Amino acid sequence: MSLERKDFLGLYDVKADDIYQILDTAEAMKEIFTRTVKKVPTLRGKTIVNLFFEPSTRTKSSFDLAAKRLSADVMSISKSTSSVVKGETLLDTAKTMEVMGADVVVIRHSVPGAPQFLANNIRASVLNAGDGAHGHPTQALLDLYTMREKLGRIEGLKVLIIGDIGHSRVAHSNIWGLTELGAEVRVAGPATLIPAEVEKMGVKTYNNLDKALQDVDVVNILRIQLERQASGLFPSIREYRHFYGMNKERLEEAGKDLLVMHPGPMNRGIEIDSSVADSEQSVITEQVTNGVAIRMALLYLLAGREIEDEDLA
Amino acid sequence: MIELILIKIFLLNWSSEIGKGRQYERETSTLLAGVRRFFYLQREVLKLKEHDMKVKTEVIDADGIHRALTRIAHEIIEKNKGTEGLVLIGIRTRGVPLAQRLAEKIAEIEGERLPVGILDITLYRDDLSTIAQRPIVHKTEIPFDITGKKVILVDDVIYTGRTVRAALDALVDLGRPESIQLAVMIDRGHRELPIRPDYIGKNLPTSRREVVDVNIMETDEKEKVLILEREE
Repeated sequence: MSLERKDFLGLYDVKADDIYQILDTAEAMKEIFTRTVKKVPTLRGKTIVNLFFEPSTRTKSSFDLAAKRLSADVMSISKSTSSVVKGETLLDTAKTMEVMGADVVVIRHSVPGAPQFLANNIRASVLNAGDGAHGHPTQALLDLYTMREKLGRIEGLKVLIIGDIGHSRVAHSNIWGLTELGAEVRVAGPATLIPAEVEKMGVKTYNNLDKALQDVDVVNILRIQLERQASGLFPSIREYRHFYGMNKERLEEAGKDLLVMHPGPMNRGIEIDSSVADSEQSVITEQVTNGVAIRMALLYLLAGREIEDEDLA
Repeated sequence: MIELILIKIFLLNWSSEIGKGRQYERETSTLLAGVRRFFYLQREVLKLKEHDMKVKTEVIDADGIHRALTRIAHEIIEKNKGTEGLVLIGIRTRGVPLAQRLAEKIAEIEGERLPVGILDITLYRDDLSTIAQRPIVHKTEIPFDITGKKVILVDDVIYTGRTVRAALDALVDLGRPESIQLAVMIDRGHRELPIRPDYIGKNLPTSRREVVDVNIMETDEKEKVLILEREE
């Protein structure tokens, strides 16, 4: 069994069977974390390159750790310490990594479609670790994994995503994955941060958070990027907090069974209060653990693939 | 009929590729890739046909399996002078029900139920870099510490010995057992590594062209051991 693909660029074209295969593989990977020796020899001799053109701690270290736990050799390159500052193009950087023998290139880039561009031009497998406002498939997969682990299923769940839907790659990937698996997705936020046509993705939009919270099983709170306020998309941080911040009162109103998620890093006191982030219902730290398992699963499923000429269209 | 299905698959591939809205120049190469894929699939179908198996003989029936397990249970107790410090670990898939049954039989004889663990060896295979398809990884479930224990590793068939090699590597990553012993239902010979089972249900000399097919009620809904042979 394999994912029938060279690259993993997003969840927009991934079918339910493949998503479940990744989640099941991740479940087996997670068992490794409980051992005394937290390492398996599976990807010995494979080389994985992390190309991070945007700041990131958790995704980068998560990919690093995932590769190391599978015994792959891993190189991490970030924008500030690479030849990119000397003006090297993305493709040249990636080609350099390829001739050094990279089997998988993990890329984080601020331009949507950068991973697709690389995938079309290099032989190595390309794994999208977040591209602009487009997608962040591994984050969505770890969110799906966490929901399934905690609630036993995804199909039929009511999931509410709160925040900047328009600019959030996490929201987009989550919507693709959740709707494919048959969950009911709601989005809530200021009208200026919700794209007019987002309902075409199969979600319901709400501008009133308290209404949106009724009967939901999971709430996924997005990080509010403070620079959006500067560009005038919402009047003030205080107002955002008042209307869309997840606080103790809203959590109590929603009930004990609500699962609270946040992709991190959190703005405590803005989109999420500390009393919510640190509550019993919060699975934010587990999301980080599950992220390593998901990335191990994807590296396993991609890195063993034989490279064929046909893959280079 | 098969040809028709393949042409359909090919057309579907082609149309979906174009449907994705890729650039015009790439359509020709997609078409070529589609043609190559078509011939590749056809070769695969022919290969499958060649690999059709026929049943040569039934070597052990349900009673035989039952008796062999009873004997192995007695041998394990005899060799280890009781059940002190013993744990059973079945290798997925068919080693697992066999390990559970051994635990039941040992409980019937000695009155003590041994812990049973499940080991998945996929991540330790030595052929992962040479095969294109990724084998499905299942969960290893060993809810007890194996350090200082006498581990009885259980599998259905021993052949090249490579599965057991992988299992040994996996076990030492989980702890440091006092000893590891190996129990198998069938030893079919052709070892490629210096590995020898301690308990054997039946020695079965086979040729490499044959396949030993162990069927266990829990996994296959029937209970017998067959020898299959490739049809010419």
